[in-house]
Amino acid sequence: MDTLAFEQPIEELEAKIQQLVDQKADDPDAREEVRQLRKELNELIRNTYSNLTSWETVQVSRHKDRPHTIDYLSLVFDDFVELHGDKHFGDDRAMRCGFAKLGDQKVLVVGHQKGRTYQERSKCFFGCAHPEGYRKAMAKMRLAAKYKLPVICLIDTPGAYPGIGAEERGQAQVIAENMFEMSRLETPIICVVIGEGGSGGALGIGVGDRVAMLEFSYYSVISPEGCAGILWKSAEHASKAAEALKFTSKYLRKFGVIDAVIEEPLGGAHRDHHQMASRLKMYLSKTLRELQDSPLTELVEKRYEKFRAMGVYLEDTAV
Amino acid sequence: MSSSEPVAAEAEDLSLPRRKKRGVPEGLWIRCPDCSSAVFRKEAEKRMNVCPECGYHFYLSARQRIEQMLDEGTFEEWDKDLRPSDPLTFKDKKAYADRLVAEQKRTGLVDAAITGKGRVRARPVAVGITDSAFIMGSMGSVVGEKLARLVERATEQDLPLIIISGSGGGARMHEGILSLMQMAKVSAALARYDQAGGLFISVLTNPTMGGVAASFASLGDVVFAEPKALIGFAGPRTIKATIRIELPEGFQTSEFLLEHGYIDRIVPRDRLQTEIARTIDYCGK
Repeated sequence: MDTLAFEQPIEELEAKIQQLVDQKADDPDAREEVRQLRKELNELIRNTYSNLTSWETVQVSRHKDRPHTIDYLSLVFDDFVELHGDKHFGDDRAMRCGFAKLGDQKVLVVGHQKGRTYQERSKCFFGCAHPEGYRKAMAKMRLAAKYKLPVICLIDTPGAYPGIGAEERGQAQVIAENMFEMSRLETPIICVVIGEGGSGGALGIGVGDRVAMLEFSYYSVISPEGCAGILWKSAEHASKAAEALKFTSKYLRKFGVIDAVIEEPLGGAHRDHHQMASRLKMYLSKTLRELQDSPLTELVEKRYEKFRAMGVYLEDTAV
Repeated sequence: MSSSEPVAAEAEDLSLPRRKKRGVPEGLWIRCPDCSSAVFRKEAEKRMNVCPECGYHFYLSARQRIEQMLDEGTFEEWDKDLRPSDPLTFKDKKAYADRLVAEQKRTGLVDAAITGKGRVRARPVAVGITDSAFIMGSMGSVVGEKLARLVERATEQDLPLIIISGSGGGARMHEGILSLMQMAKVSAALARYDQAGGLFISVLTNPTMGGVAASFASLGDVVFAEPKALIGFAGPRTIKATIRIELPEGFQTSEFLLEHGYIDRIVPRDRLQTEIARTIDYCGK
């Protein structure tokens, strides 16, 4: 998946510009042409990215160069101090937790980690956390609440790991317990879907006072492939499932499931990590200041009401 | 993405290869899916839809469960008027709106959950049941809302709470993200109920998977399971497709969960009333 199909024209134009720059750097006519082509390129990127289908959005959210939790740990935060281990079974590398500074503010960061190289990815199970990961996250969040540190959760997972060990160690149990505990944890919690929001695996660190999504992330009850496999009887229909599930940031904002969409740099976060990080940082700092104005009991009450109000159903009041 | 990559499994529909296991089929004789004995249907019904040969627990509808568990005539249904809608205008091979109508007609249910209050051996309880016959007992907005209201009323009225799960479908795909959020909503309601000191008995039946297993079903103060029920997070097919090895015998059964420490007791159907009443006597207020 080096080049996404819909990015092909963009890459071709980029290559053409590069070629001109390399070969005719001193030619004033060529410089003018490059200037013209760069303008076209921006226009092309803007057009492409303002009309992404849901399936293309999924591909962007999984882009190999998309910033991951550890990238934001260095670009958004200072002095990250990792806290390892769930003190029951192990240290899940698909889940990273630790103290960090957001500007002057001390916080606890929890986030899925996918890994970039093959070795990293297999150590992180491609961002699919095991029960020990969710247990670790909850333990550190409890620690944060004890010392009134706000919690920031960065969500980026295809889903919680489906495997024998995961079932033996209570995957269902830990996700349930995390939602249960997070719903009443007495400290501000901000959750941001930075890439893939894969169902229960996402929600296991997804109950907060504010939930936001990066523009080209997705957040879904099931992966498009899984949904296609069940309802269309073949994972090949993933693009149809992606459309049907309406899981992009635009839809989720409409359904009242998320509070904010954080705009990505031109052409997606993978093109400009720094700019993405600075927008994320701005959102987090601003939101944290807002949340810190409320007393904790009020915060927890509002958090309850926020999730309590979710859902769409019909009710006959008078029959 | 290749098929080897993990997929989120909350809403895996286990109905297809298992359809034959569901319910006691029409006809005088039926075949037990567990021990393969030919069972006289009336004989199974007399034993609460349990195989007389091996004790396998066949499907029971939510209405039948209410009849079996609650004292006669004590059930008062809550929130009967809640009806599902189609917020995504979801369509796969079939439109969700049409699927809902078909399921309602086939099962006589409005959605997959029934809630209300009643008595178990004279002890007042709040009770919720999900019925695996309705889109695999999956949780969408109606199931989530009914259960959240149930938990809130149990909190207000200071009642012990019993939820019997029969949900192979987990969170319902057809209502997308809104279904996923029901997991958080019901779990949050249970957290408040817990804070108020309420007793929650969760009863797991065949099948309890995905987003239902990963929310209210696992949050009981005491967790019971019927024998040999399929219970787990990821569906067996998803796990097999991910790890590409055969799953061990008895994987994701009630007995497997008991062995790994995730349930308190395996309770056969004919013991459920007794066990619930006893737990309330120890823990109830």
